[in-house]
Amino acid sequence: MAVAAVESRTVHSLQHSWLVRLFDYKPFLIFLCLLPAAGFLLVFLSYPLGLGIWLAFTDTRIGRVGQFIGLENFESLWYDRVFITSVWNTLLYTGVATIGKFALGLWLALLLNNHLPFKSLLRAIILIPWIVPTVLSAIAFWWIYDPQFSIISYVLVDVLGWRDSYIDFLGQPWPARFSLIAANIWRGIPFVAISLLAGLQTISPSLYEAAMLDGANAWQRFQHVTLPMLMPILAVVLTFSVLFTFTDFQLVYAITRGGPVNATHLMATLAFQRGIPGGQLGEGAAIAVAMIPFLVMATLFSYFGLARRKWQQGEDND
Amino acid sequence: MTDQTLSARPQLQDKERDGVIDWSSGPRRFVTLYLPLSIFVLVLLFPFYWMAITAIKPNGELLDYKNNNPFWVKSPTLENINKLLFETDYPQWLWTTMMVAAVATALSLFASVLAAYAIQRLKFKGSQYVGLAIYLAYLVPPSILFIPLATLIFQLGLFDSPLALILTYPTFLIPFCTWLLIGYFKSIPYELEECAMIDGATRLQTLRRITLPLAMPGLISAGIFAFTLSWNEFIYALAFIQSAEKKTVPVAVLTQLVEGDVYHWGSLMAGALLGSIPVAILYSFFVDYYVASLTGAVKE
Repeated sequence: MAVAAVESRTVHSLQHSWLVRLFDYKPFLIFLCLLPAAGFLLVFLSYPLGLGIWLAFTDTRIGRVGQFIGLENFESLWYDRVFITSVWNTLLYTGVATIGKFALGLWLALLLNNHLPFKSLLRAIILIPWIVPTVLSAIAFWWIYDPQFSIISYVLVDVLGWRDSYIDFLGQPWPARFSLIAANIWRGIPFVAISLLAGLQTISPSLYEAAMLDGANAWQRFQHVTLPMLMPILAVVLTFSVLFTFTDFQLVYAITRGGPVNATHLMATLAFQRGIPGGQLGEGAAIAVAMIPFLVMATLFSYFGLARRKWQQGEDND
Repeated sequence: MTDQTLSARPQLQDKERDGVIDWSSGPRRFVTLYLPLSIFVLVLLFPFYWMAITAIKPNGELLDYKNNNPFWVKSPTLENINKLLFETDYPQWLWTTMMVAAVATALSLFASVLAAYAIQRLKFKGSQYVGLAIYLAYLVPPSILFIPLATLIFQLGLFDSPLALILTYPTFLIPFCTWLLIGYFKSIPYELEECAMIDGATRLQTLRRITLPLAMPGLISAGIFAFTLSWNEFIYALAFIQSAEKKTVPVAVLTQLVEGDVYHWGSLMAGALLGSIPVAILYSFFVDYYVASLTGAVKE
């Protein structure tokens, strides 16, 4: 009786320890741990990325498997005025919005870096535009830019009397482009400001004291202490910001849908319009693939930004 | 001469005590600090005020600026919100959005915890390259993936099903969460885990009993952030879902509440407001975690 019990226990613990040992075997455990993440990313990220590049060289439509047609999609896009406009729009949108976001975001970060009452509450309030779904705040902007009932026009015309007529924000190409850029800057400021504020807070006050003792004025302190110390984090935030502004879709789709007459399309919205409602999957994929070179450049920029940080802090410190 | 240096010294000390970045006080501080700051806050918050005030305006006041002050509402009404909740599929959309966001977040957290643990703790040859690959995966934006993903979803027979969103959202959630959690795991002393293993715990027990409880703040940060990101996602939900009743809130507000050329601004704004409130509530409870994950993701 006792012997049997002991035996069954050893058998049980043997089986158990076999499993336990397998789960403690490092290569197996590494494989097991990486499996879910790698599986997801390979199936739903790497494979579609490759598939997208393949689709760009085919004439696939919805419901029809495409044939390989070489560079034909890109050739026809090269002569497509709407596509060329969308490229220029994307560059303009990214360039102006990024400059605006960083100028204003850095200013806001510097303001928040002072001794202020209710500082954490203030920081929480400032992040709200970034937390709320973009499309939903874009709808609010759509209403703010309404041709007849725009609140901005109302203030300029009826309250201040600076203008005679209401502004047609979204009806003309250039006002529409700048309206979109303004909305994008509005949404981007919190991210830039809060990230840079985190960077500012890591700068040691003793550096400023040293600079002050050497007689540096406020501008010199900013130029020679704040900016260089902020550079590493600035490079990373800049890369993210450029990347997400360049591939932005939601704001434009929600506010203008590429109108008036395709004048405000970004590459992402044009790819959507051609690919999904238009059914030209191959052409849509070609437009999306055309964004990749720009993204690679932005990523390399980030890489060198990080490398520079390493160089500043010493090789071993990461 | 000595008198001058003596009188100069306390002045400098005063300045130092105030904090070096502090500018001079009084009116100048008002102009250089409080004035721009209040303009920033005003501009950043105005669209939400405008959203809220439009949502409770009756139609008569909404479209008549001559007789009404547009910045205020005389007779607030719940008609727009009422119409939204009982005459449209709005509750259904909210429910779908919440379910999709919750399941996608749970899946991504599970995968990310294991991946981050493997990369940061089970150091192996090439683990830093796996980490780099995951960082690069974060840089692949959905706008270049949605067309091939749409064909993939179609082939898998998942088109127009919430499962399509649940399976595709982790593509941007996993890289983000893994990246964040690697940073958190790094901050936990490895000695604690070594102690547990010396006491006979297996690696998985160590992960469950030691590492995960200590990484709780990181898990919460990653979780609420992933939830917010899924809630806000737009392009996949727009491309993969067709039936009106299965749409998520951001897509449905834009595509279902706009009928023809007549925009019902009141209910549109009510829809936007109600869709923002769940994230705003979550945000207000976990502000510090949001800031931590935002700045943590950038710093790492």
